[in-house]
Amino acid sequence: MNDIERDKKYNDYVQAKIPKTKNFPTLIYSYLVGGIICLLGQGIHDAILAIWPQVTQEQANVWMLIVLIFIASFLTGLGLYDKIGIFAGGGSIVPITGFSNSITSPAMEYKKEGIIFGICVKMFSVAGPVIVNGVVISFIIGLIYLFI
Amino acid sequence: MWLLYLKVFLVGGLICMLGQILIIKTNITSARILVLFVTIGAILEALGLYDPIVEFAGAGATVPITGFGRSLAKGAIDAVKQQGLLGVFTGGLTATAGGIAAAVIFAYIFSLLFSSKTKKY
Amino acid sequence: MGKKLGKQTIMLDHPAKIIGNFSIVGEKEGQGNFASYFDMILKDDKYGQKTYEKAEKKMMLEAIKGCLHKAHLTTSQVELYLAGDLLNQIISASFSARELDCSYLGIYGACSTMSEILGIGALLMDTGAYDHILCATGSHFTTAERQYRYPLELGNQRPPTSQWTITGAGASMLSKEGNAPKITHVTFGKVMDYNIKDVNNMGAAMAPAAMDTLITLFQDTHTQPKDYDLIVTGDLGKLGSEILMDLMENKGYTLGKNYADCGQMMYTNNQKTYQGGSGAGCSAVVFNSYLVDKLKKKEYKKIIFAATGALLSTTSSQQGESIPGICHAIIVEGA
Repeated sequence: MNDIERDKKYNDYVQAKIPKTKNFPTLIYSYLVGGIICLLGQGIHDAILAIWPQVTQEQANVWMLIVLIFIASFLTGLGLYDKIGIFAGGGSIVPITGFSNSITSPAMEYKKEGIIFGICVKMFSVAGPVIVNGVVISFIIGLIYLFI
Repeated sequence: MWLLYLKVFLVGGLICMLGQILIIKTNITSARILVLFVTIGAILEALGLYDPIVEFAGAGATVPITGFGRSLAKGAIDAVKQQGLLGVFTGGLTATAGGIAAAVIFAYIFSLLFSSKTKKY
Repeated sequence: MGKKLGKQTIMLDHPAKIIGNFSIVGEKEGQGNFASYFDMILKDDKYGQKTYEKAEKKMMLEAIKGCLHKAHLTTSQVELYLAGDLLNQIISASFSARELDCSYLGIYGACSTMSEILGIGALLMDTGAYDHILCATGSHFTTAERQYRYPLELGNQRPPTSQWTITGAGASMLSKEGNAPKITHVTFGKVMDYNIKDVNNMGAAMAPAAMDTLITLFQDTHTQPKDYDLIVTGDLGKLGSEILMDLMENKGYTLGKNYADCGQMMYTNNQKTYQGGSGAGCSAVVFNSYLVDKLKKKEYKKIIFAATGALLSTTSSQQGESIPGICHAIIVEGA
């Protein structure tokens, strides 16, 4: 049974019925947590440059990302990152630590299905699209630069 | 020095908050947010608009996943300048290899060491 | 044999008696509103098992065992086992049947499973061929999350319209004889789809099905909502049950204080589940604890138990399909 008008009316009614939650605090939390993660990154970056002066700016940047990825992966393992996520939302999804979390969490989750079919296959079930899309877009941008 | 840290916090937090606004407004999944932000970062870099943000805010622009998109685009552009067509293929992943490898390796290690726990709320 | 009333309702000649009932729940549910009614509350969601899927199966087995014990029966006296759950290929139901020595029908009704199997069980009982039919279903937060949503450790926020799949299993023993609450009418529902596509808003997807089934039942039996001590739906949640009340009101049926929803009642407000509980176990544990107890104590004389289900899969929602809802209702009278 299909009735387009009835369905549309019902969908509009449901949309109006959905409780309006207070979103403002979560914006503040995401700002705070996101900002703090970036501060941490800058701190790591500057510390690396201070300890190893021969490291280039560029290399220090990669090291900084690796350290952040390590921290996020470890916190995910301890079961703490999802708790930050409930509080911070976008604040812990958007930084590179969120990328790390979205790779470590399915790997952990599906390890009972085995190392090959669990960990290795499912590892990219959340973050896979990011890498695929990223590679495609870098290819397109490279191609455009090749011809201009 | 301290001014830079303030800028890092302000810009980094702002980019993350934009993600949160998207979540609230559209109920978008986290995978889509990551994809969207990577794409935006790459396009901004290709247009030459992201480097100024990095100059201004340092880690505030490189830590958010848009910075990952920027590295992809930057890597591809630089590699094309040096190697031509081959660079179109190798550039993006070469520039981001460190991050991807780190994410894979740590995920592998910690998934062997830890198991996921039930959520309480 | 039962008599058909109207188009969808069957009045049973020999009502099936619920002589045994058992409920087992997880830790979070054990801190909720029904804590004192549940037979068993787990301290550990993994229940000492290696995986959560195994834990869900063990919960169902425990519910069966407890149910048999309360009904003073042995395994060999069970002739038919009806069961279902939420996992792919209903593994918890079938794997628990592996431990029993009787006929088995595995039934998928999503979260409506409990009333569906009770209805089927009661009809089969009415044929006179069976003495004892065992009905069980359950769900587990973690296994459902793994199958339908995201890894547990992924740091995302749940939307405000979402519900919490409960960890729990319930079992009922139907018998031909005995002095116990009895199933007198069965109404199997129609699939209703009002084109809701938001997988985080199951209540809205299922409410039209609940409305259709309840109205059909009232029309077929020539009764009104006020004729029942309690009308209870499965897992519409807070939002879904409010929608149902609005829908019923529009059709001229007022659901008053005698209406409740298992999902909405499951958790206390500070347990942060947003719209309440859901899952096949949700209606199963409430029915097999609170509702049957109240019927036994004659605090309720006549209730409608209408579990609701959302018949979607991850594939269907990824392909942009809307969510079909289903609702099966049974009328249960106190002894």
